[in-house]
Amino acid sequence: MTAEPILSVRGVTKRFGGLVAANNVDLDVYPGEVVALLGDNGAGKSTLIKCISGVYAPNAGSISFEGRETRFATPIEARDLGIETIYQDLALAGNLDVPSNVFLGRELEHQMLSGLLKRLDNRRMAEETQRVLSDLDVKLPHLDRPVETLSGGQRQAVAIARGIYWNAKLVIMDEPTNNLGVPEQKKVLELIRRLKASGVPVILISHTLPDIFAVSDRLVVMRRGCKVTEKNVADTNAEEVVQYMIGALDDTEAA
Amino acid sequence: MAIDAIGNSVLSQVVRLWAWLFLAILIVFFITAVPLVSGDTVSFLSIRNSQNILVAITPILLLGLGQTFVIISGGIDLSVGWTMSFASVVSALALRWGYQIGLPIPLAVLMGFCATLACGVGIGLFNGTIIAKLKVPPFIVTLGSAFILRGLALLFSENTTVIGLPRQIRDFGNESLFYFVRGDSEYAGFYFLTKPELPRAVLREMDRIITYPVLVTAIFVAMAIYLLRATRFGRYTYAIGGNREAAIRAGIPVDRHVIKLYVLASTTACLAGFLSVLRFTAGSAVIGDPLLLSSIAAVIIGGVSLFGGSGSVIGTVIGALIIAVLTTGLVMLNVAPFWQFIVVGCVVILAVLIDQSRDAIKASLETRQ
Repeated sequence: MTAEPILSVRGVTKRFGGLVAANNVDLDVYPGEVVALLGDNGAGKSTLIKCISGVYAPNAGSISFEGRETRFATPIEARDLGIETIYQDLALAGNLDVPSNVFLGRELEHQMLSGLLKRLDNRRMAEETQRVLSDLDVKLPHLDRPVETLSGGQRQAVAIARGIYWNAKLVIMDEPTNNLGVPEQKKVLELIRRLKASGVPVILISHTLPDIFAVSDRLVVMRRGCKVTEKNVADTNAEEVVQYMIGALDDTEAA
Repeated sequence: MAIDAIGNSVLSQVVRLWAWLFLAILIVFFITAVPLVSGDTVSFLSIRNSQNILVAITPILLLGLGQTFVIISGGIDLSVGWTMSFASVVSALALRWGYQIGLPIPLAVLMGFCATLACGVGIGLFNGTIIAKLKVPPFIVTLGSAFILRGLALLFSENTTVIGLPRQIRDFGNESLFYFVRGDSEYAGFYFLTKPELPRAVLREMDRIITYPVLVTAIFVAMAIYLLRATRFGRYTYAIGGNREAAIRAGIPVDRHVIKLYVLASTTACLAGFLSVLRFTAGSAVIGDPLLLSSIAAVIIGGVSLFGGSGSVIGTVIGALIIAVLTTGLVMLNVAPFWQFIVVGCVVILAVLIDQSRDAIKASLETRQ
């Protein structure tokens, strides 16, 4: 990786009372790479991610995005800069159709009577949705169905399409293949590869080691709030990763 | 492509047709049954009766319009009945005061209207702010404000009807766009906008078609349909009812939107109160309360889910029509009026049962795909 990192996390620490949920964590993400974040429950993955996506403000350390140090007050500020976090089920309104979800909060409108009256431009939103879905090679039978009638993988695709349409520069996916059937899991992994191919980096949180080895370039293992190792996927194997996760191996102790 | 939150799949559109069908069956039933009972002297589908039905549903619909938005967003407003009463009393007092200090009648009416608007916005801000900012459940807040408004309406009216209003305001509340004179007198025929000068004997033959309150309500219905289907305001209302968390994450100003919804609900209720003042030339503290349950029934028969996220304005119109056709039809069949309540109650329960089984059918069809 010769380019500058798009995201650069330095010494981020987040405490909840006496508990140190993230302890002095460094993390770099470069354009076009998939970084996997692993660790047992309570290892601090979600805390770290929430610091990056603006949900939490870290107690110490800095986060730079595109070379500029940032401090997000809300997740919306992070998203406006291009950090799109895709949650399992929280992000979509199940009763609305696909274009309504892709454009939720940022609807396209017709101006009428020189801007006095505004009307939703449903046709253009449907066309744009179709376009971004075909860019991702996602085929949905009906765009005008409530998304609650779609499968879990299709819903993930809609959430990703929303991120892409709004020029996501970094996509964070939290357990994207959880609760999905096997064919659906494959589709989501394919989507991650497409994101990577189009130059958008992805931070992938997952427990599923085969998934991680299938799509990631690098992996970061966390344990008890600390980063215990960072390795290129090509240089490691599942067995070693598990040893790091359970604490049998720890690069910080060796150093 | 119609992008309507509930009616998206063709299937659900078709199944929702039962409400239209039920209304049609009711009308056909009363058309045939009413002449049988009355011995051919009364017709259900007469101009007069159809206009009576429209006049009867205007307050129910106005209460139901705002309620439709509120319930789609996942809330409820139990205060609209007493809000209407309160607005009736306050606007009558304001109008009378304006009249007594010597304002010309249109200006006095305008004063009453402004008082109505102030009531609507004030009550809506009160309800909406407590619900959105202080996170008190809507059921509790609006139950409380219903009691408060009941007390205030009775206090302000001193527990009597507010009278002493200028007689001329009757015209605003009762005259109509069209007039039709039946029979074969020289006056028979249609009149547009101008009320014909008729001798007393012929006056009984005159029907008013589309009275001003009906016209005002129709305009509000059209605006509500547009607002819910074609604007961001409507889209946000569905989104908040469907997944509040998603709406927040999408950057929708959810709290502000919820406050606006309660302002909308109380404002349409206050408008209903003001129209009743013009119609009866009096303000009444007890006019709204009996209409609250009818308006919620209309919304539910119309297919709005109490869980939020689905429903339409047209549904509420159909629901209100079903209630009005039932009540007037039963009266014309000489059924004791108390039966109306029993029948409407059964229809409400039936409507929800049908919608639930529709959802079950839909779900089983989709899992089979």
